[in-house]
Amino acid sequence: MAACGPSNGGDKQATESAPAANAENSSAASSADVDPAAKSDSKGVGKFTSVEIGTIDNAMADKGKGVFTAKCSACHQITDQKVVGPGLKGVTKRRTPEWIMNQITNPVEMEQKDPVGKALLAKYLTQMSFQNVSDDETRQILEYLRKNDQ
Amino acid sequence: MKRITQTTLLLAGLGAIAIASGCKAGKTGQAATDEDAAKKVYVAPGKHDELYMFASGGFSGQIAAYGIPSGRLLKVIPVFSQNPENGYGYSEETKPMLNTSHGFVPWDDTHHPEFSKTNGEDDGRWLFINGNNTPRIARLNLATFKTEEILELPNVAGNHASPFCTENTEYIVGNTRFSVPLDGDKDVSIGDFKKKFKGAATFIKVDKNTGRMNIAFQLIVPGFNYDLAHAGKGPSHDWIFFTCYNTEQANTLLEVNASQRDKDFIMAVNWKKAEELVAQGKGHKAPAKYAHNLYNERTHSATSTMENDVTMLDVKDYPGLIYYIPCPKSPHGVDVEPNGEYFVASGKLAAVIPVFSFKKMLGAIDQKQFEGDFDGIPVLKYNTVLEGEVQKPGLGPLHTEFDGKGYAYTSMFVSSEIVKWKVDTREIIDRIPTYYSIGHLSVPGGDSRHPYGKYVIALNKITKDRYLPTGPELTQSAQLIDITGNKMKLLLDFPTIGEPHYAQTIPAEKIEKNSVKFFKLEENDNPYAAKSEKEARVVRKGNRVDVYMTAIRSHLAPDNIEGINQGDDVYVHVTNLEQDWDVPHGFAIKGSNNSELLIMPGETATLKWTPDRTGIFPFYCTDFCSALHQEMSGYFRVSPKGSNVPLTFHLGENLAAR
Repeated sequence: MAACGPSNGGDKQATESAPAANAENSSAASSADVDPAAKSDSKGVGKFTSVEIGTIDNAMADKGKGVFTAKCSACHQITDQKVVGPGLKGVTKRRTPEWIMNQITNPVEMEQKDPVGKALLAKYLTQMSFQNVSDDETRQILEYLRKNDQ
Repeated sequence: MKRITQTTLLLAGLGAIAIASGCKAGKTGQAATDEDAAKKVYVAPGKHDELYMFASGGFSGQIAAYGIPSGRLLKVIPVFSQNPENGYGYSEETKPMLNTSHGFVPWDDTHHPEFSKTNGEDDGRWLFINGNNTPRIARLNLATFKTEEILELPNVAGNHASPFCTENTEYIVGNTRFSVPLDGDKDVSIGDFKKKFKGAATFIKVDKNTGRMNIAFQLIVPGFNYDLAHAGKGPSHDWIFFTCYNTEQANTLLEVNASQRDKDFIMAVNWKKAEELVAQGKGHKAPAKYAHNLYNERTHSATSTMENDVTMLDVKDYPGLIYYIPCPKSPHGVDVEPNGEYFVASGKLAAVIPVFSFKKMLGAIDQKQFEGDFDGIPVLKYNTVLEGEVQKPGLGPLHTEFDGKGYAYTSMFVSSEIVKWKVDTREIIDRIPTYYSIGHLSVPGGDSRHPYGKYVIALNKITKDRYLPTGPELTQSAQLIDITGNKMKLLLDFPTIGEPHYAQTIPAEKIEKNSVKFFKLEENDNPYAAKSEKEARVVRKGNRVDVYMTAIRSHLAPDNIEGINQGDDVYVHVTNLEQDWDVPHGFAIKGSNNSELLIMPGETATLKWTPDRTGIFPFYCTDFCSALHQEMSGYFRVSPKGSNVPLTFHLGENLAAR
């Protein structure tokens, strides 16, 4: 666990919580040096290790819009406005496709283990939940977000 | 609490102490309150219990689920009583569950939980339980732990001999403990008991795929007090046995007048034959009014239908349908051992426990070994059916369960103990005191073909000095007893809700694998659901206002609503948009003459609210859901009647159009 920077007594806290590496209370301290707004090459933690993308598939993006409206829009805008979670404008420029799909399908583990995921939990303080979307639907959401970032 | 007065109860309790400290029996019952017992009930933090126990809440009207061996209370499931904790019986969706032919009845008295069975084994699909006071039977879905169906029973009062099921849950039964005239015969002198009061052994068909209940037929039987029942299994599959007391047919001072005879009866019913008669069109339809309430998991709503008739067979007209077996004295429980050959009755005022043989019963019927008849129904000779008696078992035997290893365990109310005896020899093996005044007992799978055994759980009526005092009303309790050895060992006392009349206990694996985690939003067919924030809205029709609201961590949409008038009927339909386990949201409004709602993920629930004054009314989520839970709130503005404040609603300044 990396020593943490700015927080008061950060070193001591980090040392004490070190044995509980994936305990929730250690995540804030250890990820304090990751800027969640910065671009990251992380593929995240989860079942998606390689996602192929090409030119935008409009039909798939339309399906993704439907799923997004039903299951994501209560917490996420597609502008840069924060609601419960971050606004998603530009998310496909900041994150890899794998990271996005892992965050949608595996949010709890992502926010415990992935440095960017941990930093996001520390910033927004609400655990994102898995909203029971299939792998296909997840891919459709990704396409919708890609189209949104065109 | 049976027919025993307060004073008797007190004496019974004192008697138990005397027995415990005085005689040899007490010694074997010494609590194993040592490291050994502690280890056996210790379930480490984060680990799961081995078994679920479902105990009736008695006068609470509910069921409680406990983990065994820890005794930890897991959940109270509302059944017959309103439950402001989650809105059951208060929300528009669940109010119909408590409808009856008498209108809305907000309470009942639950006694006997009964698992559905397949091939005589508990299958973990449904749990049935009786409402004793306003006669009803409820069915719970053990995947959702929700009450899914409630069926009222006509022509019955005090539905106590209920809801015991046949070997494949073909039928569950009800029968009357307080005989009454049939519903068609309304204004009758109580003095006409012997002539006009009847029992109605009610057979409810259970659909094997959906669990849905329907009254198939009622057998009209003499006016006794029908107390308990158990169906046969294996060789006795086609039969079911009911106990009856008050064969004296007394209608006043029953304490004395219903205890005159040395023997009352077990009523043996050939249900297969009754089924055949009904299939042949025998019997008659009698007018009857009773409510049938069904909860639909897709609409998250209940409907109540009033039924109009019931098929009746008067047993006098159909010889061979039922027989009476004399049984000492005021029998309470009747229990069938796992092989289905012996059945055991517990006469609560009897000095012995009779064990009857099914084979002998058939022989006695075949050879017409009758000692007489009652109202034309043959009474078999006691000795022709009897296999043998357990001698000097103790005082006040009530119920027997089996461990599948050849042993039976009988609860003794008056002497406050459990007696272990061998089924084939009827020899007493061991006895252990209970604290105090045990009613039912529960061996896991103990009434099935293949008991799980390992424990017997005593379900006690009185605790007195066993716990920290809580004023005049003390907790009731259960006691966990190890039956793996020759001697029984007390392991644990734990408190229960209400009165735990009876409980059934089942290996956890039969339930937990089916447990539903949340309801799928795409399957939500509630007509008032808002399945995304886009659908959140407020609609007025006359003085009815429908608020289609969504809930997700950590906001309610819409959260600012104006244009409501004093005296409007406001229906707030809240849909929980979460699709993850363990994320319910709550909903409450200041000053509402109603309970809160607790809405499971993917579910829609409706709170009706009629604002009684003008002003600003905050509403909020009551179930701590996230770091920003306190922020999960909003405001209604209520204006005077006839006000021209327009109906508006929004969430966030920039998000009104979301």
